[in-house]
Parts: sequence; structure tokens; C-alpha cells
Amino acid sequence: MSAAAVHSLWTTAADPISKIDAPKIEYGQLSPTLIVVGAALVGVLIEAFVPRKGRYYAQVFVSAVALCAAFAAVVALAADGYGTTKAHIAAMGAVAVDGPALFLQGTILLAGLVGLFTFAERRLDPEAHGNRVDSFAAQAASVPGSDSEKAAIRAGFTTTEVFPLLLFAIAGMLVFPAANDLLTLFVALEVFSLPLYLLCAVARRKRLMSQEAAVKYFLLGAFASAFTLFGIALLYGYAGSVSYARIAQVVDGTVTNVDPALAGTMGNDALLLLGSALLVMGLLFKVGAVPFHMWTPDVYQGAPTPVTGFMAAATKVAAFGALLRLLYVVLPGLRWDWRPVMWAVAIITMLGGAIVAITQTDIKRLLAYSSIAHAGFILAGVIATSKDGVSSVLFYLAGYSFVTIGAFAVVALVRDAGGEATHLSKWAGLGRRSPLVAAVFAVFLLAFAGIPLTSGFAGKFAVFKAAADGGAVPLVVVGVLSSAIAAFFYIRVIVLMFFSEPRPEGPTVAVPSPLTTTAIAVGVAATLVLGVAPQYFLDLANQAGVFVR
Amino acid sequence: MEKLIALLIAAPLLGAAVLLVGGRRLDRVGHWIGTLLSTASFVIGLVLFAGLLGRNAEHRTLIQHLWTWVPVESFQADVTFRLDQLSMTFVLLITGVGSLIHLYSVGYMAHDERRRRFFGYLNLFLAAMLLLVLADNYLLLYVGWEGVGLASYLLIGFWQHKPSAATAAKKAFLVNRVGDVGLSIAIMLLFTTFGTFAFGPVLDHAGSASEGKLTAIALMLLLAACGKSAQVPLQSWLGDAMEGPTPVSALIHAATMVTAGVYLIVRSAAVFNAAPDAQLVVTVVGAVTLLFGAIVGCAKDDIKKALAGSTMSQIGYMVLAAGLGPVGYVFAIMHLVTHGFFKAGLFLGAGSVMHGMNDEVDMRKYGGLRTYMPVTFVTFGLGYLAIIGFPGLSGFFSKDKIIEAAFAKGGTEGWILGGAALLGAAITAFYMTRVMLMTFFGEERWRSRPTRSPEAPSAEPAAEHQGEHAEPHPHESPKVMTIPMIVLAVGSVFGGAFFSVGDRFLHWLEPVTGHSEGDSPLSAATVTGATMVCLVAGVAIAWAQYGRKPVPAVAPRGSLLTRAARRDLYQDDLNHVVLVRGGEHLTRSLVYVDHTLVDGVVNGTAAGFGGLSGRLRRLQNGFARSYAVSMFGGAALLVAATLLMRAV
Repeated sequence: MSAAAVHSLWTTAADPISKIDAPKIEYGQLSPTLIVVGAALVGVLIEAFVPRKGRYYAQVFVSAVALCAAFAAVVALAADGYGTTKAHIAAMGAVAVDGPALFLQGTILLAGLVGLFTFAERRLDPEAHGNRVDSFAAQAASVPGSDSEKAAIRAGFTTTEVFPLLLFAIAGMLVFPAANDLLTLFVALEVFSLPLYLLCAVARRKRLMSQEAAVKYFLLGAFASAFTLFGIALLYGYAGSVSYARIAQVVDGTVTNVDPALAGTMGNDALLLLGSALLVMGLLFKVGAVPFHMWTPDVYQGAPTPVTGFMAAATKVAAFGALLRLLYVVLPGLRWDWRPVMWAVAIITMLGGAIVAITQTDIKRLLAYSSIAHAGFILAGVIATSKDGVSSVLFYLAGYSFVTIGAFAVVALVRDAGGEATHLSKWAGLGRRSPLVAAVFAVFLLAFAGIPLTSGFAGKFAVFKAAADGGAVPLVVVGVLSSAIAAFFYIRVIVLMFFSEPRPEGPTVAVPSPLTTTAIAVGVAATLVLGVAPQYFLDLANQAGVFVR
Repeated sequence: MEKLIALLIAAPLLGAAVLLVGGRRLDRVGHWIGTLLSTASFVIGLVLFAGLLGRNAEHRTLIQHLWTWVPVESFQADVTFRLDQLSMTFVLLITGVGSLIHLYSVGYMAHDERRRRFFGYLNLFLAAMLLLVLADNYLLLYVGWEGVGLASYLLIGFWQHKPSAATAAKKAFLVNRVGDVGLSIAIMLLFTTFGTFAFGPVLDHAGSASEGKLTAIALMLLLAACGKSAQVPLQSWLGDAMEGPTPVSALIHAATMVTAGVYLIVRSAAVFNAAPDAQLVVTVVGAVTLLFGAIVGCAKDDIKKALAGSTMSQIGYMVLAAGLGPVGYVFAIMHLVTHGFFKAGLFLGAGSVMHGMNDEVDMRKYGGLRTYMPVTFVTFGLGYLAIIGFPGLSGFFSKDKIIEAAFAKGGTEGWILGGAALLGAAITAFYMTRVMLMTFFGEERWRSRPTRSPEAPSAEPAAEHQGEHAEPHPHESPKVMTIPMIVLAVGSVFGGAFFSVGDRFLHWLEPVTGHSEGDSPLSAATVTGATMVCLVAGVAIAWAQYGRKPVPAVAPRGSLLTRAARRDLYQDDLNHVVLVRGGEHLTRSLVYVDHTLVDGVVNGTAAGFGGLSGRLRRLQNGFARSYAVSMFGGAALLVAATLLMRAV
């Protein structure tokens, strides 16, 4: 390197700093995310400095307090009008603070809190060497079946790192639906995905299956992330910016000051179409839409059940939030291009999920396919491209997340000698042995099936109505048909539980601690309240249904 | 004064609530509570009656509005009561006869451990029946209509441990249901035609609707009346209903509930007046039933079933009269009231006989009881004379008027209907004389019977606890039972004359039902004479058959007609063949269609989806590489489709 070149570098670096404005960050408006991230960092410190015995309690306490505080912050922001009149874009255009963002953040935080309760449950597994244990491996790093694993179990270790991981994931999910530029979107995606990959791998029982699930999830997630990133690059090439607002302007053709350096590619529709398709594909992977759904059953089955419940609920909320913002803020001008494609995706997702679920024999896989079918139903609302479409999707997501966490919490209760008894045949006659647990699970299944007086019906009705008003009547017809198919396998489980003879060597139902009981009770309460008196929450979602641009 | 109307219903309703909810604590006094509240209702009825008499004939309609019951847009129904001359007549009949039968039941049910419940049901019946006749709109009437149906069901099956009683209750309930459907359809038609249920507007504007609609409404109302009043073709339940305790048979299945159909027709007079075709059907139903019941009554050896046939026949007279229009309405109600007296009295007499005969109901095992039960004999005898229409007694006045009115219908119809009514009078005289002779005269067939009928002993409480095969010791019933019988006998003797002198009843009821004198081809005297001839003939034939000759203890085979009548003219066989078999065939064919066609489609669809599911499932092979390929393919398709959309 020549001296001149070095000099030039020096001088460049020594340019007056005043040229770069200090970013203006609205800390107050970002407080929900910041609280959760802060608590996650505290959790890491706890792992480092608090003695092993106290970690569990410290982690649970910190996590619960942080989630409650963050939820309070969301409520305060919404009460302050940030969801409606004062909605704007914060953090130098990176994060939106508006109705959908706050509504979804609130939903994610509540789902996270209920999920935390299931994470912290320590009474289901029999005590190992006098130590109460949760659903997570004693030492995730030890090889399954090895001596070091046995030693860890004997020593009563537990993986308390799951709590900061959970908080990191929640933090990423909070940003995801609020992200207002493509880079923030991608960072948020990775921030919540990486902890989830890890969490999938740390099951206490069936560890090989758990690790296999984690690896599959990671590989396919990375694959999908690559598509997403490629799409982002193409969109940048198209618009010369990663900001949602700027891209939308270019799509609409209302852009004024064109950067001469980008004039060659800017406005090239091939880049736009390719880029948006790949970006949408990345989000469809996260919501588990066909044909990007293949990871779902394997991961749902292999992951520790509390993780599955949390992931199934919160990931879906966050990813649908991001998808809504992308389609409603960035690509509304492209509506006539993406709508037919999304129609097709919604139809094959609804039908595919419902049909393949029919022949499932494992309750967790069954619920996985059910979640795929539900992704299809929600997509029908997304496609409505109206305010009603947004609010119906918000409502659906809120109702669905509580049902899902509650259902997986019940799945964790039904156990035999090998841990959770997830094979459907073992659930025969459960209603005779444990009528209450079976009845609660039946409520969740009815909600999944969309039977009136449950949140599932109210949500499905809202979504289908929005879709029909938006001109997607054939989609609604397919949706109702898929619901009919789906009702078959939900009701089949109910029939199995209540009208079959119990097996002599059948599973037992563990008596949970108040934590899981709370999670299930919240699920049932939310299901019934949203089902019997949905109007207040529909109004709330309706108020929150406008994106800031 | 209007305020008192609700109390009429409230008193027995309170009784029913107290007795049915009160539990065993009330076992010792329950029957007196029931009787007291029933009597209270009667006293209130008398007060209201006195109040009505004090008014001009035009102002004798009292309306009491309690609250709005169903306020939905134009669908308005109120809880409003209407007390006019027609409902007043029914109120006095229901509460008066009802109170007497309550009193009678105190003695009759003395040994039944579920007596408290029995009185609770009786009070419930009174409340429902009063609601039925006091309601000011059809919807509220329907409530009472169903209420009496319920009470009837509960009381027929009161001895539910007897399978026959349980079956009879079910049968009555089901057959009544057919009629109830008719009533509900009629109410719906009324609402669509007039936009309201209230009697006032409906009946005032009845003429404004098209005749076709009115005929439909009237026929549906007639169907309802047939069910409740046991008219052909819905008559089959009444005979079996005699499985209930005898006071129930007297009150519900003779004096009051079964006449609700007549009330319905007379109340809806304006509708029927405007639908002559429906009126003709009403008269035909009445005439057929009066002969049907009479013929059945001739052949029955069971004293209660003979009386049940007679009830059916007498209600046939009432329906016939009601179908004649303004000529007959007043006489239908008059016969209804006199029949309430004498038929209740006859049933109570029958109950008294059974009470003294170890609950034996077979008249072939009676005989010569007049000396053992003098009070029963005299009261039953007076009721007998009243029903056959012995000159000067109740039945004479009321039935004679109906026969006259039937002839006054005019034309061939008039001759046929009048002839049927006359023939009915003759048969009535025959079968009632037969009952009388077989029970109270002739040799004492209950003595030293060589064989007892294989029938299981009836579970009615026996006054004397004797061995099953012991010879009965006929005896007079206690005072608490005989006093009601005496009161009713007095009514049977003087009621008709009291009503007819100076046309008292006619003037009383005319403002409500309207009245027109018929144009009879025969003079009144001719008709009365013909009726007398029929009466004498009927009595004479009966005397020849059962008075002169000893009555065989085992029924002879009898003629074809007798055998048919014993089987209720094959009513149950007909129902079985037409309805049960037909229903079974229909069900079977529907099941067949369901199994082959519906299930085929359903199962085929299910199998199709199942197969599809199994095939799609194989795509999920567990290899991450396959999943990645699927994702890649999906992404390629997504991109291609998006680009294609733009190209198109």
C-alpha cells in the first residue's frame, strides 16, 4: 500500500465527525423491546454469576417481571395514542410504532408470559435424584446417553439458559412485526430464529429426536434466510433503499429525487417481482405455509413441548405481523401481482394442512398440521387487503396463540414411563380417567375446529368475512371446506378421549404446578371470552388496524 | 275487579308449587292444602261471577293485562286474561267440579303414599286449565293447552309402576301431540294472516281474511280439538287413559280437559262462521264420534271404559253442536256443563263402586249392589237418568236442543246429522241402562266366584286389606266421597232445567257466541217425541238383554259388531297398520337411502381424503434435503407465478 493511499485513508477517517448526525432514538417508544432485551442480558449475567441453585428462581423472576413490564409499556403506549393518532415511525425510520405493531407486541408478550409458565414447570417429570427437573436437558452440551449426561442428571443440573434464550427470541419477535426497513426485518428474523433453533435442541427426553429437529429447523431456516436476504438485495437494487416507505414510493412511481448511481436499475420491475417473491417466501416459511411447511411437523414433534407451544403461537404472530406490514405498506401497489399467487398459497395451505392431518397418529404432529391449516386460514384474511382484513388477522392471531399454548400445555401433562405419551392411541379413554383434562383439551380442539362460542369461531368468521368482502369468495369456500375436513380430525380426538375404552397400560395425567395450571386456565378463559363476547376485542383490533406509512 | 282474575290461576298454581316442592313434610296435610286452594279459586270465581251478573250484558268482558311476554318487533304476545261469559262458565265448572273432586280424592286416595304428589298434579291441572280458558290470546292459550296435556300425562301415569298405566300415559301424550301440532300450525297461520295472536283483533277481523286461509286455520284448530277432546280420528287415547285414578278420569277425562276442544271451537266461532266447509267437517267429526263412542260403550265390560266411550260420544254431541254454528254454540256449551255434572258424578260413582269392590272394574263381576251402596246407587242412578235424557233432568234439556239444532241444519245434511244424533240417543240409553243393570241389579255375581279373572289385581288402594282371592265385601264409601257425589247428582237433576227455564243460559252466553234460531223442518215437539221413542227403545232393549236374563260372568263371544266394539272398533289395529307399519316402512326406506346414498357419498369422500392424506403424507419423508428441495421448488414456483402474473 502506497503512502499516498494510507494518507488518503487517514484523512478520510479524520474527516470532521460533525458530518454524521447522532441517531435520534425514541427510547420510550421502543421500551417494550428494550426491556426484554435488557432482561435477557441480565439473564446471561445471572447464568455467569448466580450460584447454580438460585439460577432457576432468579431467571424465572427476572423473565416474568420483564415480560409484565414490557406488556405494561405496550399498554401505556397504546393508551397514549401511539396505536392510533400518534402512530409514527421511530428510530430513524427503522421501527414503526403503530396499532398493528402494538397489538401484536402485546399478543406476543402475553403469549411469551404464558409460554414462560410452561417453560418453568418442574413437577411433570419425576424427580431425578431428588432434584425437580423441567422439560429441558440437564446439560444440553453433553452427548445423549453419555457418562457426562448421567453425571449432569445426578448433579441435578438444569438448563436455565432457556430463559434468556426465550427472552432474546421474544425481543426479536417484538421487533419483527414493527420493523420498517428490510435490514431491521432481517436482523429481527435472525434474533428470534437463532434462540428458537437452540431451544428446539434441549429436550430432556428423546434428545436425539430433539437435536434432529433443531438441526433440520436450523438448516431449513438458514436456507429460507438466504432467500430472504437475496430478496432484500434485489429490492434494494430496485428501489435504492431498504426503507419500506421509500420502496413503496418507488413502487407507486411517486419517487422524486433519484440517486444517479442507481438510475440504471431503479424501477426495474423484474427486480421488484423477484425480490418481493423471495422475501415473501422467507416469511411464508416462518408461518409454515405450504410448500414451505415441511419443517413444521418434524420440529413441532421433536422440540420440547413448552418450546413447541411457544413457538407455534408467537412465531406465527410475529411472522404474520411482518407479512402484513410488508404487503400492506411496501407492496400495496403490487397488489394485482401478488394477490393471485397468495390465493394459490392460501388454498394449498388450507387444504394441505387439513388433509395430511387426517392420517396423523401423533398428537404433536397433528397439532403441527393443524397449525399449517390455520396459517392458510389467516392468509385468507391477509389477502383481503382491507382494514377489516388486518383487524381480523390480528384478532385471529390473538385467539389462536392462547389456544395453541394451552393445547400444548395439556399435551405435556399426558405422560407414561417414556415421558410424554404423544401417540394418539394412548389418548383413548382419557375422558374416563381424567375428565377435567380431557374436557379442557376438548375445548381447545373445538376452538381449533372453529365451533361457535370459542375464539376459533369468532376469528375464523372475521377472517372469512373480510376475505369475502375483499372479493375472495372462492377462497372462503375452500376455507370452509377445509374447516370441515379439519373438524374431522379434531372431533376424532374428542371421540377417542370420551368414547373409547381406556387402555389398561394407558398413560397417566401428571398433576402440574400452578404454573402450567395458570397457562391452561388462561388459554381456556381466553378461548371462551373471545368466543362468547368477542366484540370488545374485535373493536380493539379494529382500532389497531391501520399501518403507519 | 279485574285484579282478581290472576288469583284464579295463582291459587292452584301456588298449591302445585308448594305440594311438589314441599317434599315429605307436607305428606300429612298436603291433600287439604290442595283442596283448600282449589276451593279458594272457586270462591274467587263466585265473587267474579257475582260481579259479572251485576253488569249489563254488554259490559261483561273483563281484561287483565299482566305483562308483555314476547316483545319482538311485530311479534307481540302479552300475558293478558279475558274473563267473559264463556270463560266464566268454564271457570265455575272447572273450579266447582274440581273442588268437589279434590274433596272426593281425599277419601279415594287415602291409602296412597304418593297422595301429596297427586294433589300437586291436580292443582297443576287446575292452574293450566284455567290459564287455557282465561288466556286472551292464542299463544297464551297454547301454554295452558300444553299444561293440561302435561298434567293429564302425569295423572294417567300416576301409578307408573303399572306398565299399562305408563303406556297409556305415553299414548295419550303422543296422540295429543298430533293435535298440538295442529294448534301450533293454526297459531302460526293466524299470525301470518292477522299479524297478531290476540282474540279481540283476530275474531273481530276474521271475516276480512280469505276463506281458503280461514278454512285452513279452522281445520287445524279442529285437529287440535280432536286431539284434546278424543274425537275421531284422534280418539284412541281416551279409553286407555282410564288407567289413571278414577278422580282423574272424572275431572280431566270427563268433565273438563276433554272439553277444551269444544271451548277452542266456540272461542274461535268467528273463524268457523266464515269457513262453512270447515264447519261441515266439524259436524261430521262430531256425528261420527258420537256414534263411535256410543257403540264402543255398548260392548265394554270395564265400567270405566264404558263410561269413557260414553264421554267420547257426549263430546261428539258437543262438537256436532259447535259445528252447526250460531245455532249450536250455546247448546254445545250448555251440554258441556250439564255433562260435566252428570259424567263426573257417574265416574265418582264408578270409583265408589270400585272402592267397595276391591278395585274390580269388570261389570260382569258386579251385580245387585244397590242394597250395599245405597248412596252410590241413588246418585249414580240420577246421573244415569240425566245422561240418557230422562225428561226433566239435565241431559234432557241440553241434548234435546242439540238434536233439534242438527235437524235445523237443513237439507240432506240436516237429516243425516239429526238422524245420527237421534240414533246416538238410543244407543246412549242402551249402554247406560246396561251399565246400570249390570252393576246395581241382577244376581250378586261377585259371590263365590269359581275362578277369578287372570288379570293382575289393580293397584288402586283397597279400603279393606283382604287377601287377593277373598270375596269382596261391598260397602258404602265414606262421607268425604259421597258428599261430592250428592252435590253432583243435584246438579245433574236440576242443572238443565235451571239453565233452560226462560232461556237463562242462552241469554247469558249469547253476547259472546252469538245465537240464531235454526229453521227446523221438524217441530220441537216432534223431535222431543222422537227422542223419547229412541230412549224408551234403548232402555227396553237393554232390559231385555241384561235385566230379564242373567248376565253371564264370562263375556259371550258376541256378534261381529260386539267383538269389533270390544276392540274399540279396531282403532288401535288401524293405527298400527297405517301409522306404525307405515312409519316403519318409511323409516326403513329412509335408513336404506341414508345407508346407501348418503353414507356412500360421505364415506366415499372421507375415504378419498384419507387416501389423499396417506399419499401426501409420504412426501414428509424426514430428510432435510427433500424438504429443502420442496422449498426451492416452492420458491421457484412463487417467483415464476409472480412474474407470470405481470406477463398476463
